[in-house]
This record gives sequence, structure tokens and C-alpha cells, in this order.
Amino acid sequence: MPTYSLKINGTEQQLEADPAMPLLWVLRDMLGMVGTKFGCGIGQCGACTIHVDGQPMRACSIPASALVGRDITTIEGLASDTNLTALQQAWIDLDVPQCGYCQSGQLMSAAALLESKPNPSDDDIDAAMAGNYCRCGTYVRIRQAIHQAAASKTAMFYDATEKNQEDLV
Amino acid sequence: MSLHNDNKNLIETVAEKVEQQQLAESSSDGFSRRGFLKVTGIAGGGLVLAMTMPSIPSFAQTSNDLESTIELNAFVRVGSDGKIQIYAAHPDIGQGVKTALPMIVAEELGVKWEDVDVLMAPIDDRFGRQGVGGSTAIPRNFQLLREMGASAREMFIGAAADAMNVPRDELKAENSRVVHSSGKSMSFAELAKLGIQNQPVPDPGTLKFKDRSEYTILGSSDITGIDNYNLVNGNPLFGVDISIPEMKYAAYHKCPSPRGKVVSANLDDIKKLPGITDAFLVEGNGDARLLLDGVAIIGTSTWAVFNAKQQLEVEWDYTTASKDSWTDMVARAEAGQNQLGDQIVKEVGNVDNIFADAANKTIQSHYQYPFISHICLEPMNCTADYRKGENGVDDTVELWPPHQFPARAYEVAEQVFGMKKEQVQINPVTRVGGSFGRRVYGEYISEAIAISKQAGVPVKLTWTREDCMRHDFFRAGGFQTLKAALNPEGKLVAWQNHFVGITVGDRPASGARLRDVEFPMLNLDHVKGTQTTFNIGTPCGPLRAPSANATSFVVQSFIHELALAAGRDHLEFLLEIMGEPRWFEPDNDRSLNTGRAADVIKLAAEKAGWGKTLPAGQGLGLAFHFSHRAHVAEVAHVSVDANKKLKVHKVTVAVDVGPIINMSGARSQIEGSVVDGLSGMVGQKITMENGEVEQTNFHEYPVLRIPATPEIDIHFIESEYPPTGLGEPALPPLVPAVANAIYAANGDRVRHLPLTDQGYSV
Repeated sequence: MPTYSLKINGTEQQLEADPAMPLLWVLRDMLGMVGTKFGCGIGQCGACTIHVDGQPMRACSIPASALVGRDITTIEGLASDTNLTALQQAWIDLDVPQCGYCQSGQLMSAAALLESKPNPSDDDIDAAMAGNYCRCGTYVRIRQAIHQAAASKTAMFYDATEKNQEDLV
Repeated sequence: MSLHNDNKNLIETVAEKVEQQQLAESSSDGFSRRGFLKVTGIAGGGLVLAMTMPSIPSFAQTSNDLESTIELNAFVRVGSDGKIQIYAAHPDIGQGVKTALPMIVAEELGVKWEDVDVLMAPIDDRFGRQGVGGSTAIPRNFQLLREMGASAREMFIGAAADAMNVPRDELKAENSRVVHSSGKSMSFAELAKLGIQNQPVPDPGTLKFKDRSEYTILGSSDITGIDNYNLVNGNPLFGVDISIPEMKYAAYHKCPSPRGKVVSANLDDIKKLPGITDAFLVEGNGDARLLLDGVAIIGTSTWAVFNAKQQLEVEWDYTTASKDSWTDMVARAEAGQNQLGDQIVKEVGNVDNIFADAANKTIQSHYQYPFISHICLEPMNCTADYRKGENGVDDTVELWPPHQFPARAYEVAEQVFGMKKEQVQINPVTRVGGSFGRRVYGEYISEAIAISKQAGVPVKLTWTREDCMRHDFFRAGGFQTLKAALNPEGKLVAWQNHFVGITVGDRPASGARLRDVEFPMLNLDHVKGTQTTFNIGTPCGPLRAPSANATSFVVQSFIHELALAAGRDHLEFLLEIMGEPRWFEPDNDRSLNTGRAADVIKLAAEKAGWGKTLPAGQGLGLAFHFSHRAHVAEVAHVSVDANKKLKVHKVTVAVDVGPIINMSGARSQIEGSVVDGLSGMVGQKITMENGEVEQTNFHEYPVLRIPATPEIDIHFIESEYPPTGLGEPALPPLVPAVANAIYAANGDRVRHLPLTDQGYSV
């Protein structure tokens, strides 16, 4: 079995795995990182969404060995230590999850959206989130939470700017 | 004996069992309530019950320092720091009971929600029936859990009365403290150290409960899901996330036509594939609910076994397999739909005379809806560790079943493997990734047991998406012909329904029969309900709001047709049928209450701006449907363009389920039901030919996505009736509300679902 190394959430992980094994199963069955979910196996539902170099991708459909040298981020790496991102906090505050199974994938798609568009419109949200099913139908709150996270990030930015100005004065 | 009575003897669907048990228990004398507190009696004597906590690798939070806490009753423990631990004893399948039910305990106890730790309860008789279904978790447990909270509260008050040397009736519990009328107070933490376990356990008959005006927790919008933090961080919570030592991964392949028997498979080839450690045939018992024949594949990863499954070559014996054809079912139903059924469900007055009266206007319509699948996003799975006993010791099995009734695994182990309860350990699963009525049967539990037993290793069995879609217990498709008469004043005077339904194994499939109490049959002087059934082989079962999820579409669309035929406003026509406020079924306060119904109908109409003028191509549609003791009315606002592209702009929902327990959770269930109802009606349809389901994965079975999600405007009437559940009842009215709105927008009456079959898209 070939060995290779993947950089996941900033850490290099040595693996001995079939090169064809999709990242999803490397994460779940070999590394015990089970936050990334299996939903359909054909890239239709988005439950396995992760980031490769910041871009949202479906982990069920990419052989892990193709990702050597790339930066992989999973739901486990979204928060830094215990500091939640504004998006995760909005998800909690607006009580987005019902069963919760799809929410890792929803969050990863939403996080990638906010990276590229810090203040997304409803159309931007529709375009970025349409690949993620929620069987429980939490879409109304997903939309609200993305807007709320965008607003709070903007607020944090302005707070920081004002504080910096005060410091300068 | 009428057919209806005959059918009653045959009722075996789980959803109906739930309802039956619930009715039986509600009329009992409170014995079970004493039982829960009797546990306390033992604890009150200074003994913390010796309770075996299950070993749950990766789920360590459930065994939080139990030894340093004091048990006040089956559901409540207190730590020396005053933190209250409340057991969540029911599976959270996304309906929010793991948050809502402990809130009931906390409210009566007088603890601040921040001071509560919710623990997952083990599967144990002391918690009563640990199952969920039929939107019954709130109505079944509300009184019991109030008693658990109030009983623990009285123990704190007793301890405070002793410590402060004041009469009990001068004390009250609030914000995790017991407060004296003088203002002096003691915290739960202080009281926990003062021998609270020696306080007598109150007689449940003496307990007093808070008035709704005193609530600080119940009805709150601020309390959010107990597992949210773990969910947004991707922590392991689901059955499919479980890992136990020495565990292998398993897949199971069954005949695409249910109940086909396995003859042989290319096992030698499969065993040579990378990552595969074993492969073998499993002999089932022919019961889809228990264990069907199949091929088991064991390996070192889910991917390895899924991959190997695709390379299986199996010879099946189709002799006993389902031969069902949806095309044939439709042809058969359509051929007979203008006749009445041979089974008379209800007959009052004489509908034929009314229909024959030339002064009356008679309208008839045929409605049809397809089989649909549950498509829970977490696939069916179960982890099982079967151990052979040695030296005369019995075999044992330890299970992690994501299930609506986890204790059903005892029945499955007994029925399929002849194991006694003592041989079976069932571990609770922290969350279940959707269920919608799917996880009430035990076949995936049996499969995991059978595979672990035969392989001699612990296994996590995971179904592929294709397995989940093809081997479901489907919502049965159905065909209903409605006929009604309007008198010269435009009043509904006669109603006839011929239901062509499905039986499986000669039992009516869940929801696939005409109920003699179906609205509006009890309200009229001339009613006839008949039924024709035919037997099929496709497994069917309850799906979110069984019966109601289809019948609402038929009945509430037809009422709109009648209003139009009478030249009357739909709202006014519907309210007239409702009539004076009363229980629809006399002496049944769990039945439709026409007053509550009228109130939600009027509220939804008012909030949606019923009667307002809309641009061409837009329409409002109204519908009401009663199910699961809930009164729900919805108004949909839609646009439909010339190419039948549908946009649902907004759905206004008015609900009376009594007082709301968890406001955020209640709204979530309604939002989810609206999306689910729309998702189902737009494009979902399961078909089968030669017994084989033709849809395999989401590319052939669409789920509604975020762009098609409407705005959802929710209004509650928090009446004084006892609180009831919301997991299901907001779904049924959505379907006819949208169908009626489509008619209002473009004049097209939708009588067959899904909409995509009628040329619509979203």
C-alpha cells in the first residue's frame, strides 16, 4: 500500500492507503475525523464538503492521493482552538440545525462563500449553497445565519479599525 | 362487521401502534408516574441507584462524573456544584426533543437553563418508553416531566426549609435558588451539600405546577439546540460516527426486488479485493422488517466494502420476490376509479339521492399521489459487537442502533436470533440524522447482528445511498375519487370518497386506507366512504404525517374545487363546513376542534392578506389540515409563469398546538415541514418495475434546495389546551395550499403529484 502525506487543518498526516480512496473515507475511517459526512457518494448532496486551498469541494468524489501538497480544511479545522468563527456562532445563535447531519457541509460551503464574498446577497447565497441538501429544511435559517455572520464580521472589522484609530491617537 | 372494524384488528403499523399505546396509557391511573418517583424513594434512602452506564467510546460525555452527583429521581441529578443534570431519554431525530423535554423538567425545578447539563440517558426501563413517533414526545411526556421537575424542586424546598428553619410555604424555587419571602435565599449548590438525598420524595398527587404566566424557560426563543456546539465543530454525535475497538466496516447487498432469495455470489473474487477481509451469504427470514437474504462484505474501510459491493455478481432466486409495477398499479386503479369500492368504510344518509337531485350541482375528481421515500441524510447504519459465549455462557451482543425506538432492538434480537434481553446491550446514540418514520423497523439492526455474528468481529454496517433509496419502507402511493354535491345555495350537502389503497402482506400500508373520521365526513348528513385495496410486495411504512401527508392534498384541494364550483370564497366556504365550535368526534378531545380550526384558518388568511389583488400569474392558496392533535392552516403565495415555472414566495402558517414548549424548536419544525412538503410535492416519486425500485440516488430523486425555499411566516395561537407535538402536522396543509395557489395563479388544477409530472419546475 503506497504511503503519502496530506496537510489537513494545518497538520501533515502520514497515510498508508489505496490511492483511489476518496478523501471522505480517509478522513472518516482512517483518521477518525468524522465531522465530514457521507450522504450520497456522488457529489449530489454536499454533506462531505471540505475546502481544498480554500475552495469548497466534495470529499466523496476526490481521491485523497490527488491532494498531496494541497491545503485541506475540514469542519474540525474551521474554529481555531475553541474560538468559533462568526459563522459557527451564528449557526448556534439562530439554532440552525435540526438533525444536524448536513450542517458540517453547509458550514464549509458557507465559510467558502464568506471568504470570497464577505457581504453576500441572497442570490450569492443561493448560488453558493444550492449544492448542499438539508433534508430537514433548515434553509431559512441557513440564509439568516450567513447574513448574520457577514454582518458581525463587518462589525468586528469596523470595531477593530476604530480601536486602531484610537490607539493611534 | 364493517371493513373498518375488520381493519382495526389488522392494524400493525408502528405509527398506529404508537397511537394505540398512547391512548391506552393515557387512560391508566398514573401508576407509571409513581414508578418513576419510586426510584427516588430508594435514592431518598441514601442509595444512589447502582446503574450500569453503557460503555460508549467517543461518547464519553454521557458518563459525566455520575459518582459525584446525587439522584433526585429518574430524570434529575444534582452535583455538589449545584449543576442540575437532566436525562434526555428520547432519541433526537432532528425534532428537538433532546432540548425541549429537559426544558420541561428545568422549568418546574426552578433551575436556570445555564445551570443544566443534559445527559443522554441509557436505554433502561426506568425511563419508561424511550421512543419517538407520531409527534407524541411532548404530549406523552409533558405531565411526567413536570412531575420530575416539581418533585426535585420540592426536595430542594424541603432542604431549605430545614436549613432556614422556616415553613415550606414561604419558600419558592427560582434561578437555581430557593428564596424565602423575606428575601433570604440559598443556592441549589448549598442545598445539595445539606443532605438533599434525605428529603422525602413528595407524593406525585400533591405536586403543584407553575402557572404559564410564571414560565421563564418554556416558550422561550432563546434556548437553542443542546448539541449545536458539537454539531458546528463536527464532533462525533451520530451512529455512523461510532468507532469501537477491533471494528470492521460492513456493507450488505439485498435483492433489488424485495424478498428475492440469494443463491450464490462471486465471493471468492470479492474476498481478493483490496481492503476486504470477508464476504458471505446471509440467510434471512423473508420479513423485510426483520431480515432479508443478502450478501455481506466486511473490510477495513467503508470505501473498500462499498467498492466491493459494486463488483458483486449475485444469482438471485426471484420466486418469492416482489413483482410490483407502478405502471400496472396506475392502470388498475384508473380502471376502477369510477366504480365504488367493495369495502364500505362509512355510510350516512343517502348520497345517491342527493347526487340524483337535478337541483344540486355534482362534482367529481380523481386524485393520485406516488410512492415516496424517506431519504434520511444519515444512511441506515448500526454498529454491533456479537460475542460468542464460552464454557456454557450465553452469547451476547452490544448494539448502537440509530432508531426511533432503540429498545426495539431487544425484540429484533429475540425474533431473529432467539436472544434474551439479558444477552443484549443497547447503547443510546446521541443524535439520529433524520428519520421521518423510517427508523421504526429493525432490519438494519438484524443485518448488523447477523454480520457480526457470522464474521466473528465487531462491525459498523453502513448502507449506501442506493440501499437507502431502494430498500425503504415507502409512503404508499394512492388513488382517491371524490364526489360531492352542492345545493342551490352553494352549500356542501353530500360527500363521497372512493379510496384505492395498498395492502402489503394483506395489511393496509401505513396511511393507505380511508379513515371513517376523515374531515369533512363527520360533518355532513350524506356521506359514503368506500375502499378498494390491492396487495403489493413493496415494503411500505409511516412517513412524516402518515395518511395526512397525502389525504390533505386530496381533501383540501377538492374543497377548494367545490368552493369555486359554488362561486364562493374558499375561506368562507371552508369556515362554513367547519360549522359551530365543537369536537369533531364527539367526546374525543384529541380530535379536530372546529373552533380551534376556524381560529387558525382565519389567522392564516388574515396574516397572508387573503382577498388582496395580486398581479396576473400570482395566486394565494389556502388549506387547513388537522393531524397529530394539531390545528394548522397555511396560505401559500405563488407565481407561475407560462412555462409552468413555479415560485413559492411565501407560506403563512397559523398553528394551535396549545402552549409552545421550545419556541425556536417549534418554529424549526414548521419551517422544516413546509420545505419537506414542498420538496415532496414538487418532484419526488418512487416507481418500481418487476419489483425493483427505479430511483437509485439523489440525481433521480430531487430534494428541494435553498433557492426554492419560500419565506415562512409563522403565527401561534397558544391556547389553553395541553401542549402537543409539531414534528409532523405542519406538513400536510402545505401541499394543498400550494396546489390551490397554483390554481389561483394559472387556473390549472393539480390532481396528480408530483408537480414535475405535470410539467412544472421550480
